[in-house]
Amino acid sequence: MGMTYVQKVLAKACGKDSVAVGDVVEPKVDLAMSHENGALVMTQFQEIYKGTTLEPNVWNPDNIAIIFDHRVPAESAKTATNQKRLRGFVGDQKIGKFHDVRGDEGGICHQILPEMGYVRPGTVVVGTDSHTTTHGALGAFAFGIGATEMAAVWALGKVLNVEVPGTIRVVVNGQFQELVGAKDLILNLIGKITAEGGNFKVLEFHGEAIKNMPTSGRLVVSNMSVEAGATAGMMPPDEETLRYLKEEAGVDESFELMAPDADAEYDRVVEINASELAPQIACPHRVDNIKPIDEVLGTHVDQIVIGSCTNGRLDDIEIAASILKGKKVDRSTRMLIFPASWRIYRRAMREGYLADLADAGAVICNPGCGPCLGVHQGALGDKEVALATTNRNFKGRMGNPMAEVHLCSPAVAAASAMTGTITDPRGVR
Amino acid sequence: MSKVVYKVEDDVSTDIIYPGRYMATVLPTETPQFAFADDDAFNGKLKAGEIPAGSFIVAGQNFGCGSSREQAASCLKGHEVTIVAKHFARIFLQNGINLGLPMVICPDVEADEGDELALEGNVLKNVTKGTEFAVTALPPARQAIIDAGGLIAFTRARLLKEQG
Repeated sequence: MGMTYVQKVLAKACGKDSVAVGDVVEPKVDLAMSHENGALVMTQFQEIYKGTTLEPNVWNPDNIAIIFDHRVPAESAKTATNQKRLRGFVGDQKIGKFHDVRGDEGGICHQILPEMGYVRPGTVVVGTDSHTTTHGALGAFAFGIGATEMAAVWALGKVLNVEVPGTIRVVVNGQFQELVGAKDLILNLIGKITAEGGNFKVLEFHGEAIKNMPTSGRLVVSNMSVEAGATAGMMPPDEETLRYLKEEAGVDESFELMAPDADAEYDRVVEINASELAPQIACPHRVDNIKPIDEVLGTHVDQIVIGSCTNGRLDDIEIAASILKGKKVDRSTRMLIFPASWRIYRRAMREGYLADLADAGAVICNPGCGPCLGVHQGALGDKEVALATTNRNFKGRMGNPMAEVHLCSPAVAAASAMTGTITDPRGVR
Repeated sequence: MSKVVYKVEDDVSTDIIYPGRYMATVLPTETPQFAFADDDAFNGKLKAGEIPAGSFIVAGQNFGCGSSREQAASCLKGHEVTIVAKHFARIFLQNGINLGLPMVICPDVEADEGDELALEGNVLKNVTKGTEFAVTALPPARQAIIDAGGLIAFTRARLLKEQG
């Protein structure tokens, strides 16, 4: 019997000819990423060595990435102290891929890893962040783990006791309508299979709408695969993957392009026709509470956020600027823009997008995770309603359990900024 | 035999168990104060020490969905409660195993707050209601981590074997 894409990647990472679903394996890790929670990983890592005569040194400093993004610049003395401890560890251990609070190379981890060329097709990537699924867009088996599990990875260079997951094959054919795209697709899929439909499984994406989608969009789809509970959201690599790596990530190497076998066995196949998709909205307080935009048009929103590891990329900001240029953010609402990295920030500045958005009344914030998880800037007031291009709308998510969050695409967010209510972007430009 | 002290619905996220705004606090010794922080009543009982060790929290499907924050597991571990759920989300389940949080996968569990539960092998008994439910055993690969006393001890043993 043939293998799915994740089976292929895991077999390679374990030095085996094949692996079967349910096998327990210990894959070699190619990239291990942490953000500020690296402070806890560090504590647990040192704990592993207690009572032994072994030196607490990481298995390979070049394969570890530490990126400050959750609370930057530090919002509290506690965070600043944790960041300081981590800087010390990074220096002592000579961690190779460190991104500090800097305007030249800082940003959100799930944008930094792809844009720096740290992620390669067919590799194993783990991160102490659930949205590590993002990197499946480049053909890696990328999944989130906890801090203690990462401490074990830092020590051993492999993940212990991984069960080879089953796979749901998602086939997306057709062509998106104008201003409908990757975000609407993944929201629709999460609504279809529910927040636990992918638990312990991998989503493997195929079809002409995926083939025609730029990597910036694929990153959105893989990023939010975890909201269906999936371990990973994987795109077998293709010409577009190679283009992105070469042109945008500066990776000048050749890769073996692995693909699932034609006779691979899938747990389930889900088909979606992109041509039929309207803009989708995830309504409070569940990411799988999905409605087509028609059902929520006119809902007043107090705060609109464009940004995060999901939708803070250059084309997201470009779409928003193209809709809001020469217009105004309605005074019944407020709008915040958080680019996903400083590279994106600087490009959006040079292209004039940030000026267009600020002229319209939006506030441009520094790249970071802040408002998405309610830890840093952009908190909601009691009974306020937000519309955000972020990835979760759980109760309390944007810093206030008395508030509500709706999730949408950048085009919906920008169109809605002009009215202060949820507005269909189709036809506004 | 211990009481069900808290019953929650399906899809309880890590933002409910450990709200994001407390994420700057990471040490397992400090996280328990923020367990279910947005539920003043239950969080208050936990902090006041009114929840005896071994008490049960009963949940539905997909408990612990969302972020990978390990605080969600460590804050519950600190209160020595046992989580019974119809099913757990993957990362939470692994974090709980790694830290030694007692968890019971019980797909058909039915229990209300105040019920007395007893875990006997692979059967969970609701003593109050006179019902019993099958418990799904963890796969051996995960049970091995629990048996070793958590992932820190498991990894230490592995390191000593490989490098010692």
